[in-house]
Amino acid sequence: MKVIKIDKSEFNAGLEKLENAYRLFGPVKEQSYYAFKALDAGEKPDLEYTNTRLSAKSLLYPQSEVLFEYSLDKSDADYAILKEPEKDYSPRAVIGIRPCDADAFAVVRRNFETPEYQDTYWLKNYDATTLVGLACDNPVPTCFCTSAGSGPFNEANLDVLLVDTGDAYLARVLTEKGEKLADSAGWTKPADQSEEDVSKRRSEAESKIKSRVNTENLKDQALTSLYDADAAIWEKEAFSCINCGTCTYACPTCWCFDVQDENYGKSGVRIRNWDSCMYPLFSVHASGHNPRGQKLARIRQRFMHKLKYYVDKYDKGIQCTGCGRCVRMCPVNIDIRRVCNQMNSYDPESCSCAVTS
Amino acid sequence: MQNPYKPYPVRIDNITVETEDKSLKTFKFVFLNPEDEKKFAYRAGQFAELSIAGLGEIPIGIASSPTEKGFVKFTVFKTGKVTSYLHAMKEGDIMGIRGPLGNSYPWDLLEGKNVVIIGGGFAFTTLRSSIVSMLQPENRSKFKDIHVIYGARSPGMLLYKDELTAWAERDDINMHITVDGTDDPDWKYHKGFVPAITEQEAPPAGTDTYAIICGPPIMIKFTQPVLDKLGYRHDQIIMSLENRMKCGVGICGHCNIGKELVCKDGPVFTLEQLNKTPKEY
Ligand SMILES: Cc1cc2nc3c(=O)[nH]c(=O)nc-3n(C[C@H](O)[C@H](O)[C@H](O)COP(=O)(O)OP(=O)(O)OC[C@H]3O[C@@H](n4cnc5c(N)ncnc54)[C@H](O)[C@@H]3O)c2cc1C
Ligand code: SF4
Ligand code: SF4
Ligand code: FES
Repeated sequence: MKVIKIDKSEFNAGLEKLENAYRLFGPVKEQSYYAFKALDAGEKPDLEYTNTRLSAKSLLYPQSEVLFEYSLDKSDADYAILKEPEKDYSPRAVIGIRPCDADAFAVVRRNFETPEYQDTYWLKNYDATTLVGLACDNPVPTCFCTSAGSGPFNEANLDVLLVDTGDAYLARVLTEKGEKLADSAGWTKPADQSEEDVSKRRSEAESKIKSRVNTENLKDQALTSLYDADAAIWEKEAFSCINCGTCTYACPTCWCFDVQDENYGKSGVRIRNWDSCMYPLFSVHASGHNPRGQKLARIRQRFMHKLKYYVDKYDKGIQCTGCGRCVRMCPVNIDIRRVCNQMNSYDPESCSCAVTS
Repeated sequence: MQNPYKPYPVRIDNITVETEDKSLKTFKFVFLNPEDEKKFAYRAGQFAELSIAGLGEIPIGIASSPTEKGFVKFTVFKTGKVTSYLHAMKEGDIMGIRGPLGNSYPWDLLEGKNVVIIGGGFAFTTLRSSIVSMLQPENRSKFKDIHVIYGARSPGMLLYKDELTAWAERDDINMHITVDGTDDPDWKYHKGFVPAITEQEAPPAGTDTYAIICGPPIMIKFTQPVLDKLGYRHDQIIMSLENRMKCGVGICGHCNIGKELVCKDGPVFTLEQLNKTPKEY
């Protein structure tokens, strides 16, 4: 691995060079909040941010995405035939993504790429993207990445990690994609200090993260006994939830989608839109029967999916990177850390509450 | 990489009204590109997404049998947006099908066994596929006794009536057709609900006897205790689920029961498997 020193005074010049080879994306302040955005020519990412309000998932998986186009004009030769639209899969680079959001891509990739089926839209976006991460020096109280398989300096799913050392960035070039990007930017100056400095900063950042989730028992807990823990867990959590779905939209690791056809006169598109298991329509049958008709069943689905079904299915930890967005944004203070710890320590035998079967 | 959401274009070759209330029609499709038919190689029990540009997609069980070549058939109940539109479409119209999807009935396991098929209402589609396939001369010897218990509200609500009558004449399949009630004096089959007929007619349980049940929830609810009473083990009871679906390929997250995705890990499960999952179906 190469470590390069980029003086902050030269950073923007590098970005300008990158504009020739990549479409650039980065965090930008929009009114009171930060969001990931395609940068206009000359526009610079604002790297003084903590994190974006919504996650970075839309970079690879837009909230609404056209899958197909079709003609509804009977006189057209290709009337009613679905055709994939031309899309821009040219190289793109994301500048300043947080390690937790990059780690979320590895989590959702297990869903989008399976031996039997590959989601070509997500994967082509992923392959076209180079991820330049920004190490997190000032985690906030809702961060718990270090116990959720991620970390403020985690490099596992980045191509480059930038570490801010005051007047310069140390760029840890981690992959071939990263090397290509560093070359295009003209970032070549080897760093003199490095390992020790970086590990000191890493430990400092990690020590600022005070909250955690305990996950070590999740795998061994019986799936049906957690599912049936209505009185111990689900009734209390469901009581205040208003099923607004904010948690699922904000989350970098929620991947569910709906598909709709949208017509404009004699043509139309088949689009997919982020969907949320918090909504009753998500699972209702045409007959009106709904396997998750109750709010309790839906909130249970969200947590069981992230903290049990995913754990059992992939054996790669929980479906959560500890970014804390759902904790910060839930209007009624439902906190995945509390739910996770309850699930982890749940014992149907010793539980004094009446466990329904 | 193949786009898993892209349907094969098909033409509606034939439409048959199946039931007296016209709520069920069978659609026979032919592929616009003949080579797509080979890619659509399927097994009985699988389903497909029927795709209508401008309306959307619906998951429907494949009613034709893998042994029937040159077309695929689906029987569709008119209920909501897409199914109502489909019912109004005409022979010659162009649409799409995407599949085959799902796991099918466990044919490797069923080989050499007695097979008891129990169906109710319009959930008989993939059962028709199975029966037609098992009765083919090249396949019939692979199975021991075949029993079919199939019920509908009235004679006019039975699907595939001509085939049912023809099968009832054969001696290599035991047909037990029933209706909830009828005032037709010439009705020569059973009268009564499927669970009751199952209790009378189903063969006794045995290590090599397997039951496949498809039907409305209420039928399944009352048939399962009957099979329990007859001594069927839960790994010998096979069911097909119909959760709400979108992608059909295990990606959109709509159809899960616990960690299983009904579209990809199912729709066919044994009762033993279902006992270990949340009852979200
Ligand atoms: C594996 C499987 C096999 C099926 N086989 C048959 C069959 O052989 N014959 C038949 O008539 N019906 C079958 N169904 C049920 C059929 O899919 C629904 O009746 C149909 O989707 C209703 O669509 P709609 O647009 O008319 O209804 P609406 O209520 O208007 O539904 C709108 C949309 O929601 C989705 N949706 C709604 N209900 C269901 C549902 N129960 N299952 C899946 N998606 C749903 C679809 O995308 C649908 O287009 C099957 C369902 C599944 C899951
Ligand atoms: S954000 Fe909070 S209130 Fe809204 S659906 Fe999620 S858990 Fe429920
Ligand atoms: S569940 Fe909450 S904390 Fe975990 S990744 Fe999603 S938004 Fe972040
Ligand atoms: S229908 Fe999309 S995951 Fe099953």
